[in-house]
Amino acid sequence: MAERISRTPVREQDPKIRAHNFDEVCYGFNAEEAAREASRCLHCKNPRCVGACPVEIKIPEFIAKIVAGDVSGAAAVIAEDSSLPAVCGRVCPQETQCEGSCILGIKGEPVAIGKLERYVADNAPESKPEIAPKNGHKVAIIGSGPSGLACASDLAKMGYDVTIFEALHKAGGVLEYGIPEFRLPKERVLRREIDEVKALGVKIETDVIVGRTVTIDSLMGNEGFEAVFVGTGAGLPRFMNIPGENLNGVFSANEFLTRNNLMMAFRDDYQTPIHAGKKCIVVGGGNVAMDSARTALRLGAETTIVYRRTEVELPARREEVGHAKEEGIEFRMLTNPVEILGDENGWVRAVRCIRMELGEPDESGRRSPIPIPGSEFEIPAETVIMALGTSPNPLIAKTTSGLTATRKGGIEADSEGRTSRPGIFAGGDAVTGAATVILAMGAGRKAAKAIDEYITNK
Amino acid sequence: MFKILSKKMLTHNVCEMDVSAPRIAKAAKPGQFLIVRVDEKGERIPLTISDYDREKGTVTIVTQEIGASSTALVAKEAGDYFADVVGPLGNPSEFVNKSDEELRGRRYIFIAGGVGTAPVYPQAKWLHEKGVAVDVIIGARNKDLFIFTDRIAAACDNLYLCTDDGSAGFKGVGTAMLEKLVAEGHEYTKAVAIGPMIMMKFATVTCKKLGIPIDVSLNTLMVDGTGMCGACRVSVAGKTRFACVDGPEFNGYDVDFDEALRRLGQYKSEEAEAKAKIGI
Repeated sequence: MAERISRTPVREQDPKIRAHNFDEVCYGFNAEEAAREASRCLHCKNPRCVGACPVEIKIPEFIAKIVAGDVSGAAAVIAEDSSLPAVCGRVCPQETQCEGSCILGIKGEPVAIGKLERYVADNAPESKPEIAPKNGHKVAIIGSGPSGLACASDLAKMGYDVTIFEALHKAGGVLEYGIPEFRLPKERVLRREIDEVKALGVKIETDVIVGRTVTIDSLMGNEGFEAVFVGTGAGLPRFMNIPGENLNGVFSANEFLTRNNLMMAFRDDYQTPIHAGKKCIVVGGGNVAMDSARTALRLGAETTIVYRRTEVELPARREEVGHAKEEGIEFRMLTNPVEILGDENGWVRAVRCIRMELGEPDESGRRSPIPIPGSEFEIPAETVIMALGTSPNPLIAKTTSGLTATRKGGIEADSEGRTSRPGIFAGGDAVTGAATVILAMGAGRKAAKAIDEYITNK
Repeated sequence: MFKILSKKMLTHNVCEMDVSAPRIAKAAKPGQFLIVRVDEKGERIPLTISDYDREKGTVTIVTQEIGASSTALVAKEAGDYFADVVGPLGNPSEFVNKSDEELRGRRYIFIAGGVGTAPVYPQAKWLHEKGVAVDVIIGARNKDLFIFTDRIAAACDNLYLCTDDGSAGFKGVGTAMLEKLVAEGHEYTKAVAIGPMIMMKFATVTCKKLGIPIDVSLNTLMVDGTGMCGACRVSVAGKTRFACVDGPEFNGYDVDFDEALRRLGQYKSEEAEAKAKIGI
């Protein structure tokens, strides 16, 4: 048997240089690299990668098209199941999904499915999707993040008259305010995907906070929307509730990232202030923690991530952890803040932490961190960023009659997105709590089907 | 885009604008705020709503030139557009959701200072129209800095003006005026203070002394205004609350004003840089 070819490395910006700029880290595959990597796929009879993809993209099929040199064909295969391939190719946790199930991964390196998806999305010529004739039915989508965009584009293709209401001044939701430019370029990638949704006839009304500016009841009662999809995400930051958390210089990751991403604080020509300080501590181990740390680093702060478990348990994508390390972020594992200490002016001067050890596995199956008594120590810092996860915003549940909320403030919905109130559907983080872009997108697409069924059978 | 329909300078650096924002005008209630972004590169500026006209579809905002962003806002003219106006944000004042029954017999005293005077107007008007007793104290450094006095005079039972220099009305601060009124036998069941944070702190101290419950409208730093960023967090009765979604009005007795004052200065050095850049 011939020696298998190894996984094709992807070209990236030099860590020393990219630590000082916000340009995209990863350059992606060129045609030659993509063809080489695509040739590694074994085209399994029962492709495990497809089953491991939350939206079941026909992975071997699109890879076969790349091998055949048919990028448009590959894009068409992906488009059957995904509406945001350029985004998902960049931000999906492939190592726990498609690539994590790849047979090649057992003895060697899995096929770089994410990078191939991205290659296709970035290089396929713009396609003209088929749009059914207008059916005259109006549907409102609340939130322009991944679930809302996916739901809107599917409905628009079916002929619905779709309006997305977005609370912020730019569409994209977490893709806009949360994920930094160096991981997801806004103009080149995100705007393009949003423009494609608009090209289907979807209207996007920014600056409308449903629950304040209008309500779902008024949209359905007075504005003629027959169904509503709630894709409002999980936007509320969590704090640790430890002493000193309201000192100057302590920020939620949401604030820090929103200032930098949505409000473009990293650019001199924008007025947004941002304060990273000389030494920054980021608390948390997820993608948002990595994004915050790498943003602070790029703004000039020497940055440390503290996480209460070990590196194995870090919930962030492997690639982001690797990138963060290459760029010079310090990782202090088994470390948990107990207090933030301030100077005489009320600014952060240090974080008092305690060392942790791993005990028995908890309900999540992960070994739970236990503080080691008497092990407290201080890490000096000028700023602290709390990246501890987010929860759904309760505003919609509170202001809509007949809508049942979950205990955690999310909206109760079944697997098809149907809520307690007929005509109102929900999906993505607003239902599940903070999860991934691809799950949200999948939920938006399922809800689009359920909305179509609902309106057709009304 | 949101069109500025009219603009009027109320003092040398405070301006009033009517902005076309029909959805906000329709939904606004006294006590709520909105966020303006002047242009594509501007900050999101939170401003308390100073009036609204549901029929015309307009909201009124009053802004003082302080930093680079508010200066850019004030530089706009009637006929120009703001990139974004979003709202209404936050909760309406506590009395908005009270029944006429509950409001009967209440006597309100408003203590207004600076640009905080303008948002007192829709609140006083709401109560006055319902026949609730409303007195208003407006404080300013001198007589040239008063705003909204005619409108407020028409929307309350008694208006008391005070100036630091005695150039008009009572010579002294608003809280001294309140103490004087109470000493003269005026009784109030509720006070509301809107103005600079430091003024609201002292209004609360005075009200505590006089045994009058007080609500204060907190003008904290904010980014999104919808509960996402937590920049506006404030300690209220020992708990962290978000001014944008839990407020903006809180029971003054419970607010940690010193923390709130300190947090307002969080971007002082960045603000100074921005001002230097545009030469103000």
